[in-house]
Formats: sequence, C-alpha cells, structure tokens
Amino acid sequence: MSDERSDWPLYEIFIRAKSGLDHKHVGSLHATDARMAIEHARDLYTRRQEGVSIWAVRSADIVASDPADADSLFEPARDKVYRHPTFYDIPDEVKTL
Amino acid sequence: MTPQLRYVLRLADSSLVLAQRLGEWVGHAPALEEDLGLANVSLDLLGQARLLLAHAGELEGRGRGEDQLAYLRGESEYFNLTLVEQPNGDFGQTIARQFLFDAWQLGMYEAMQQSADARLAAIAAKALKETRYHLRYSGGWLIRLGDGTEESRRRTQQALERLWPFVNELFATDDVDREAARAGIGPEPGTLESGWTQRVDEVLAQATLAPPARAHFVWYGKQGRHGEHLGYLLAEMQSLHRAHPGANW
Repeated sequence: MSDERSDWPLYEIFIRAKSGLDHKHVGSLHATDARMAIEHARDLYTRRQEGVSIWAVRSADIVASDPADADSLFEPARDKVYRHPTFYDIPDEVKTL
Repeated sequence: MTPQLRYVLRLADSSLVLAQRLGEWVGHAPALEEDLGLANVSLDLLGQARLLLAHAGELEGRGRGEDQLAYLRGESEYFNLTLVEQPNGDFGQTIARQFLFDAWQLGMYEAMQQSADARLAAIAAKALKETRYHLRYSGGWLIRLGDGTEESRRRTQQALERLWPFVNELFATDDVDREAARAGIGPEPGTLESGWTQRVDEVLAQATLAPPARAHFVWYGKQGRHGEHLGYLLAEMQSLHRAHPGANW
C-alpha cells in the first residue's frame, strides 16, 4: 500500500438495500473521483448483493453538528416526554398498530 | 479434438489465465479499494472459466472435469490468447492489458449470445453483464492514467506499445474458428475487429493516448504456442493440485 492513497479524497457511501427503502450509510472509502467512488463502493459494499442503488458523497461536503453543542441541541428535548405518542389508549380490537 | 471443444477451451483458458494474473495483485494493489476491484474482476473471470471448462469437459466426454482441465494440462495444451499471459508489469500495464481484453470479450460475448450451443449462449449472457462492468472499470482507469500526470501518461503509453504486438491474435482466424463459426458456435474473430477498434479508439482518445501501429507478426497462443511467461504462471497455479491430487476445501 502506498501512502499516496491518503491524497485521494474520502467519500461516504450509502446503499439502498431494495426499492422503497432508504439509502443507509455503510462506510467510507477513498477514490480519485465520483465515478471511481461508485465503482469502489460497488466492489466493497455490494459484493453480497447488499444493494440496488449507491450514493456517494464527498465526506468534506457533509455538514455536521458539533459534538460540543450536544447539550444545547439535544438536551432540551429530554423533558418533553409528551412528544412521544405514549399517552393514547389502544383499543384491544386494534391488533396491528 | 473437435473444433467446438477447442473453441470453448480457448475462451475458458483466456479467462482462467487472466484471472490468475489478476490474482497476483491481491495484497499488492496501489490501494485497498483497488485490491478488491482487481480481485473482483479476477473472480468474475474465474467464474466464467469454470463454467466454460465444465462445458468443455462434457463436450470432450472423457470424464475430465473443470479441475482436471485447469490443473492437469501442460503449457502446449493451453489455448489462451497470448495477450492475457503477459506479466502484470506496473498498474498501468495491468489496466492496459485488461482494457484491450475487455473490449474484445465484450464483442465476443455479445455475438456468442446467439450461439447454436445453448449452454454457450447462456454463459455468454451471464458473462456479458460482468464484462460490461470490467470494461467500464479498465476504461475508466485508462482515461485517468492517460489523461493524468506526465508520468502516468508516459507509462500507460509504454504499456500499450508493449502489449500491442498481441492485438493481431485477437482477430486472427484459423480453421478452428472458421469451423466453429460455420456451425454457429461462436463468432469468427475477424468479425469482432471493427467493434473492438471503435470501442478502443474512443477511450484512447479520451485518455489522450495514441493507438500504436499494428505489428505484422501474429502470436498463436490459442494454438498452444506460447511465449516465455505462461509456463511459470501454470506452474504456480497448478503446484498445489499436482502435489496433492484431488485436494479440496
């Protein structure tokens, strides 16, 4: 393995397992360009028929929340349990809800 | 040996020998991702070789299966194209060899889908999907390398010069080919040339590479007359089976 591969940009790979499902993040890989990213993703992540569609996104293009902001971003939701739909009485007759 | 059997063995051996060559890259490719990419192409070719060898064994009717045909035939009984036995060289040379072969195999399998031999037609239909991807992979790399840095361009052009002498054989037609084509088994190699040239020229132009001039000499690996490299490749590939006949896992 040469060190040069670290010059290749990193791509995040998303695979759709079958039609109708969402693309799910499966991992990342290095590639010199978008076409190679798709080909590498095909070879790395769909070897066992894991998917029917591939998305590749440059990792550098992903905008992420800062872990340091977790308190202000996520803490305020903690005491708002009324947002969970757990206060309904389900009639016994309803089996499949 | 009937022309049909020999024709099938030629196809099988070309796939098998190239699969073995690509396998040599495993653990040595320039990037982990390419390691898997090359191994993936290798496994596709190995799968094609297995189907074709199993079919050849049945055509022969002497009870030889794919393993016996792969592991117990000598150099002069191998009928692969001389191109595919050429050493890997650098990554550019491996890609150039792959590209020239993929572009040939694509046209060959396209035509073979109409084979009078139903099994061959089915194998061709399956292999064609794989080959389309192989050509996309090798063609993509050829463009990247040719239209890349000064060094990658120089080395890839050099690889083309080195491999071009083996191009004639891709389209050379002998009695076996003529007989097989007459019986509707598969295409006569000469008929594949215009499609190949079109595919290759298109990618070479994008890669800013020039197709070298064609040589006059024609290699005939497909008649069992090989260069210096095949013997070593077979020795390595067959050593385990020869040391432990019938070894299995």
